[in-house]
Amino acid sequence: MSSAIATPEKPVHKDFFHKAREARSGFRSLVNRVLSILCVTLAFLALIPLLSIIFLVLKKGLPLLTWSVFTQLPPAAGQIGGGIGNAVVGTLLMVGVALVIATPFGILSAIYVNEYAPYSRLANAVRFVAKLLTGIPSIICGVFAYAVIVLTTGGFSAWAGGFALAILILPTILLTAEQALIGVSKAYREASYGLGATNFQTIWRIVLPDALPAMMTGIMLAVARAAGETAPLIFTALFSQYWIQSLKEPTASLSVLIYNFSTVPFPHQIQMAWTASLVLVILVTIANVSAQIVFRKK
Amino acid sequence: MDQQRPETSVVSSANFAPVNTPEPRSDFLKVENFNFYYGKKQALYGINMEIPERQVTAFIGPSGCGKSTLLRNFNRMNELIDGVHHEGEIYLNGRSIYDKAIEVIALRRSIGMVFQKSNPFPKSIYENIVYSLRIAGTNSRSILDETVERSLRGAALWEEVKDRLHDSALGLSGGQMQRLCIARAIANRPEVLLMDEPCSALDPIATAKVEDLIHELKKEFTIVIVTHNMQQATRCSDKTAFFYLGKLIEFDETQKIFTNPSEKQTEDYITGRFG
Repeated sequence: MSSAIATPEKPVHKDFFHKAREARSGFRSLVNRVLSILCVTLAFLALIPLLSIIFLVLKKGLPLLTWSVFTQLPPAAGQIGGGIGNAVVGTLLMVGVALVIATPFGILSAIYVNEYAPYSRLANAVRFVAKLLTGIPSIICGVFAYAVIVLTTGGFSAWAGGFALAILILPTILLTAEQALIGVSKAYREASYGLGATNFQTIWRIVLPDALPAMMTGIMLAVARAAGETAPLIFTALFSQYWIQSLKEPTASLSVLIYNFSTVPFPHQIQMAWTASLVLVILVTIANVSAQIVFRKK
Repeated sequence: MDQQRPETSVVSSANFAPVNTPEPRSDFLKVENFNFYYGKKQALYGINMEIPERQVTAFIGPSGCGKSTLLRNFNRMNELIDGVHHEGEIYLNGRSIYDKAIEVIALRRSIGMVFQKSNPFPKSIYENIVYSLRIAGTNSRSILDETVERSLRGAALWEEVKDRLHDSALGLSGGQMQRLCIARAIANRPEVLLMDEPCSALDPIATAKVEDLIHELKKEFTIVIVTHNMQQATRCSDKTAFFYLGKLIEFDETQKIFTNPSEKQTEDYITGRFG
């Protein structure tokens, strides 16, 4: 267009292909615009269910959220008042047990699979099984833990609950830790080996520190998943109306409490279930944000 | 000078004790009938060469000709790749580097390496340099401090970074990073310094600094440098080896290679007539 102004004696339409080219580029930029708008619209649409869940949980859960819900035991059927204190403690404990079991197994397996023998048959088998396990329904983890722990130890327990959650989150931790290790630049490894470091020294001093933030993201994903699971806990930890005395007894958890209370005909209990949901969301958020702050890449 | 060596190099000196020869060895690194394979693909064919002590030897040749492959065999870095194998021998100071009695980590402590892309660890400048000492178990503050200063001076970087030794190495410029990698590679006082296109990512000024450094370093180290830059080979090497398609075509004094090569292929390559 500017050339038309600069040299008016040479009109642009003399260029034989000009019109055709302009039409094509007009079409292309139109496609580009339409696709951009489509992407933005879909991104907003995807946010709607997420935001409405949070809105609903806040709206229904906030009225009963006072300090006393953390210090009191769940109300009996038909009663009002009470809290979810034992369920909060139970969830924290069982997620803790699950992490203590699954994190070392997951990270060490990831190190083996990615650093020691990436092409070995065992590594391929581990990868394959881990991917398979991520898709397994959580209730099967519960049934498995029921058979292995509950039946052999003779009762429901926090140990069994933690074990079931550990099996559930192990593949997530393993696969995200492997991705974290893959993300560490090959140049760092070469530099380390080139200076005469052993495998162990390279992994411990160079690879792990660099992979740690990404590994923590995976562990936090696992925490979020474990904290919200109900089915594995029904089979293993069951529920309890009382404060936990030891890891060997049936234990309350937020997810099972939500499940129990949302299926009873008492309005107060149903509202308590909403509050428990809110507390669960808050706990997972706190864990996530604090992990990101602590393990941020410096 | 041997008394000043940090204790870490005792490990390497035990394995590759420099025989007290007043004259530098002409076959400090010796390659004998060396074949190398990536899986079934052969990358090197019957290489024979003798690399002299405390001189600079340049490897030139088109991409994929095997020069980097050979370089990476000197410190057995190629063994990190799956499915490689070799035939033939490489001797360092008269001892086979494949000798079962020699641990590969000891070998790598005696042979420093500088890579094409500078790769400082995401740690402080100080920690980058003392890494090779720390992994060998040296944690004495005075030895570490002394090594940092000596290595950085050796790599002509001391004046630029002496006030920020504990800042991240990733804040340095590209040229400084590469000199830091050189400082890190010489911290352990290796016998040989391998450089794999050390200047290919640097601007001309940083390149000139590294080349000056190579001149300084050859007083103390045997240097092998892979380069695509023929001016660089003429500027800083004593001997030049020309590789083509996995074979060593010609190996001679640098001056002879570039003024009066014996092989037609060498002449074609250095005059840029290569197809």
